[in-house]
Amino acid sequence: MSEPERVTATEAALRLIAEIEAEHGEILFHQSGGCCDGSAPMCFPAGEFRPGASDVLLGRIAGVPVYISGPQFEVWKHTQLILDAAPGRGGVFSLDNNRGQRFLTRSRVFGPDELAALTKA
Amino acid sequence: MNEMTQTAGTQFASPFKQRYDNFIGGKFVAPKAGRYFDNTTPITGAKICEIARSDADDINLALDAAHAAKDAWGATAPAARAAVLLQIADRLEANLELLATCETWDNGKAIRETMAADLPLAVDHFRYFAGVLRGQEGTMSEIDADTVAYHYHEPLGVVGQIIPWNFPLLMAAWKMAPALAAGNCIVLKPAEQTPATIMVFAELVADILPAGVLNIVNGFGLEAGKPLAQSPRIAKIAFTGETSTGRLIMQYATENLIPVTLELGGKSPNIFHKDVANEDDAFFDKAIEGFVLFALNQGEVCTCPSRALIHESIYDRFMERAVARTNAIKMGDPRVAETMMGAQASEEQQQKILSYLDIGRQEGAEVLTGGAAADLGGDLAGGYYVQPTILRGHNKMRVFQEEIFGPVVSVTTFKDEDEALAIANDTLYGLGAGVWSRDMNTCYRFGRAIQAGRVWVNNYHAYPAHAAFGGYKQSGIGRETHKMMLDHYQQTKNMLVSYNPNKLGFF
Repeated sequence: MSEPERVTATEAALRLIAEIEAEHGEILFHQSGGCCDGSAPMCFPAGEFRPGASDVLLGRIAGVPVYISGPQFEVWKHTQLILDAAPGRGGVFSLDNNRGQRFLTRSRVFGPDELAALTKA
Repeated sequence: MNEMTQTAGTQFASPFKQRYDNFIGGKFVAPKAGRYFDNTTPITGAKICEIARSDADDINLALDAAHAAKDAWGATAPAARAAVLLQIADRLEANLELLATCETWDNGKAIRETMAADLPLAVDHFRYFAGVLRGQEGTMSEIDADTVAYHYHEPLGVVGQIIPWNFPLLMAAWKMAPALAAGNCIVLKPAEQTPATIMVFAELVADILPAGVLNIVNGFGLEAGKPLAQSPRIAKIAFTGETSTGRLIMQYATENLIPVTLELGGKSPNIFHKDVANEDDAFFDKAIEGFVLFALNQGEVCTCPSRALIHESIYDRFMERAVARTNAIKMGDPRVAETMMGAQASEEQQQKILSYLDIGRQEGAEVLTGGAAADLGGDLAGGYYVQPTILRGHNKMRVFQEEIFGPVVSVTTFKDEDEALAIANDTLYGLGAGVWSRDMNTCYRFGRAIQAGRVWVNNYHAYPAHAAFGGYKQSGIGRETHKMMLDHYQQTKNMLVSYNPNKLGFF
């Protein structure tokens, strides 16, 4: 089995990404954790949020890199992240803030074959 | 009790005006661009008022006002600053029901909690810092017979504070009271989800505070919060929220070389040792309540006891009671006095919680009760409600590892103390923890060994001003509450004085 994607996106998320890119240029996602708007995929201008040495690049959605912190990756890595968009105000400094639609991370647990393929890769 | 908190069926009157401007320089000032946004209540989803939609221009206006006020406020005698804080506390107390009602409308939390917790705690916070401010002293060190080092506390100047939406007024009080006590001026950005109560607060205290000492600028995080966090004109930034934004705020702070306080959440273990069930007495009953406190504030608490660790030998007996007590939670219109659990603060918050219930099921967690959104019908059908939910699983599941920020507790068992401790500390976070045992030695060992900033022993969810609150690990940096907060908002000035008239002899 080929290695499954660690992050995918819904049509709604792709539309919102395109809309934000048209306005702000290059962007990236950083999967957040913790309280309040934690668990939201935060969308920042590329070059503004600095991914660090311990961040893990989960993949790219329409060319946009999606990162998660190393420690959080360790406890989330058995799940595929599915970027979705839903009505809402968006989180804090994320570029989806106040657009009517916001990003939301949904998840799917990888099957045994997928996990084996990811471990092998 | 007024008409706003009476029984169901009556019409509830909004406590808010139709529109709120910013509070800058002691006055209510329209946003420069003239824009406003709709503030809705999560109780019904309906619009309740309009709020200033500010941007960098408004933040700068507030910073101008704060900088104009900072020298005089910083030089105000401690007794006079304390008197201001005491007057604020008295004003809050005199208007406690109004502000509690505002908070319930704005956030969706039960009026029972805002009346008994949010507001009394906010009042006490101002009183506490009025007290410790008077008791703070500098130090004097005798370096040698002719040389003395004096240490003075001096205010930082103008500080930025970004407030979360889960306890809007109380979290603002946690940040405002120590900063004001320490002699600073503030530019404060409330969460856009809950921007209204603090404007009622500003109306109530406007005549007490000198102009410019406290400035409140509403708007969206991206448009108003970010220019505040990035401003080179603040001497400190304090933020409560999530980790990615916390990192970005720290990044901005590095550009300006200023300190940060970050409170970024937790995944707090609540550990029930087997001797808890030795007797079926008041203590056992208290422990059951301690478990069910996951539902306090709809679970929207950074220290929500969201992982329950129960000794395997008492699991069945404990959970039978705990599930029954959870099922007895009365959900409903949070404006009704009997309601125990109200609405989640926003639709997106509700959606996020439901996405975690989905992932929990996929991972094989067993739903012991709840597990879905709650449709309360009528006017509340448009609101954002989630059933109190108990999941059973193991600590590697996502529902045990990530803060759901909803009324959801994930339960697992342990066979001995070593396993309990290993599970408790197997988390990215370290904000709160609970330990329940009749044995003082067990309590002490666990209290010290758990890597968290606050360990409640045989109680939970108490937030006295006189106890330090803050996180280990990824839960953040710095502390809130307790007199040590004065230090967090002050510089240390060392004046090193020689009383010797003679030269060194070097040159």
